[in-house]
Amino acid sequence: MILVKNIWKNFGGKSVLNGLSLEIPRGETLVIMGRSGCGKSVLLKIITGLLAADAGEIWFDGTEISQLNAKQLNAIRRKIGMLFQSAALFDSMTVAENIAFMLDQHTKLTHAEMRKIVDEKLSLVDLEGVQELRPAELSGGMRKRVGLARALAFNPEVIFYDEPTTGLDPVTCNEINQLIRDLHEKLKVTSVVVTHDMHSAFSVATRMAMIHEGKQIAYGNPDEIINNDDPILQQFILFGAPDQILNMANPVLQEFIGKRDR
Amino acid sequence: MLLKNRLHNTLSEIGQAWTLFFQTLVQIFRPPLQFDLLTKQLLLVGFNSLAVVLVSGFFTGMVLGIQGYIQLKPFAVEGSVARFVCVSVVKELGPMITAFVLAGRIGASITAELSTMKVTEQIDALEVMGTNPVKYLVVPRFLACAIMLPTLTIFSTFAGIAGGFIAVVSLFDVNGHFFLLEVQRNLFVASVLVSLIKATSFGMAIAAVGCYKGFSISTAGGAEGVGTATTGSAVISLIAILVLDFILNHILFNILGWV
Ligand SMILES: Nc1ncnc2c1ncn2[C@@H]1O[C@H](COP(=O)(O)OP(=O)(O)OP(=O)(O)O)[C@@H](O)[C@H]1O
Ligand SMILES: [Mg+2]
Repeated sequence: MILVKNIWKNFGGKSVLNGLSLEIPRGETLVIMGRSGCGKSVLLKIITGLLAADAGEIWFDGTEISQLNAKQLNAIRRKIGMLFQSAALFDSMTVAENIAFMLDQHTKLTHAEMRKIVDEKLSLVDLEGVQELRPAELSGGMRKRVGLARALAFNPEVIFYDEPTTGLDPVTCNEINQLIRDLHEKLKVTSVVVTHDMHSAFSVATRMAMIHEGKQIAYGNPDEIINNDDPILQQFILFGAPDQILNMANPVLQEFIGKRDR
Repeated sequence: MLLKNRLHNTLSEIGQAWTLFFQTLVQIFRPPLQFDLLTKQLLLVGFNSLAVVLVSGFFTGMVLGIQGYIQLKPFAVEGSVARFVCVSVVKELGPMITAFVLAGRIGASITAELSTMKVTEQIDALEVMGTNPVKYLVVPRFLACAIMLPTLTIFSTFAGIAGGFIAVVSLFDVNGHFFLLEVQRNLFVASVLVSLIKATSFGMAIAAVGCYKGFSISTAGGAEGVGTATTGSAVISLIAILVLDFILNHILFNILGWV
């Protein structure tokens, strides 16, 4: 269970998060939604300890991360996988070296064993034959998927995905959504997915949260979110969600849809 | 007010740079050794700079030879030109020239590389994967500079003496054998030690400044930030080398009384 308690963050006087709280229950897939620039990526970096919040607490299974020393924090981080919005691949290394990085750093696996894991993770994200390429030689969507393979390489218990499907074609998108669902169903992984893609959001989420003006304005399972009548949330869903979801009985939404189709 | 802010920023930067320096020292002694990373940096720092260092040393030596001879001649002590070249190159110019070359080449490139990694979130990625960026990135570069600077200084010192020899012997009426004998008579173990102490300190300073400038850039800095950091790194290293040289001269020759 990860708890985000009353987080404040500003950059040079510009406030981004204003007392945001959030709950990420174990084994759930939480989708975080919010307008571009509202601080979703910043939030992920604060949760993983990459950025320090101005105020507030992050609890991982009963430990507050700002209280931890470097060693304890690293122990927690080995259970975490993170897909950066920019993929953040090491450009001086090959794809295979990128994916094997944590194995190389934290285990004594042989070259052949790492090789096997690399191939396996690459096939999970539907990539083949790119092992020896450098990140600069990949397309944007391929880079994202290598980033995902790298995030999965150490079999994390918690995975943070920052826009996993942006820039991917619909078929690959669908595969990535399936992969996130599989990790949830088969391995009981806890996932946090930041996405603007409402189709993907509703296909993977077991919980959803909406951030607006640095605060959480809605939280619940997908059904509750659909039926939440907060206008900001509704607009967000209305403009992005697939029609089969919008057709669910929701008077507010129906009214919106009526206006839209007229 | 503006001045006060600037002063405050500068002081806090110096503080942060020292913090990084001490973190680096701690991480050097933490296993594992990361021998492959160190080897790569040693080659990068040493091998790629050897030619520039040799040429710079050689020409500095020639200039010293010419100036020394012309300045000493009116006092009829032009025979001391060998001593003049030897002592200046060994104790002062050998380490200094080498450090200047490496500050421009290696220091700046360390900053460019690390700051690019920072703005492209690669350093965040390292951290989130449980790897200490100081251990993984700074330690190999720091050690490589601390080891390679004295090594290259030996080369540039020889090149400098050779340059002085060739200039003086070919241009002026000085006996080559006599020149070499004078060099030998004036080459003390203590002088070589001074040279190596200086070179090692300069190497550590170059790496520390280069790494600090690379790390201190904000993720939001972008390409412009990388450019500013890189120039800043070269300029600060040069100043740091000069200041350090003064301090070391003061300590070694004035306080400890070496000759
Ligand atoms: N390192 C930084 N320095 C200064 N400002 C920053 C930094 N990182 C983020 N910001 C600011 O914080 C705000 C939130 O950024 P963030 O990247 O979290 O947005 P986001 O919700 O992820 O948007 P998107 O959906 O477009 O990715 C932005 O206004 C951005 O300008
Ligand atoms: Mg973002």
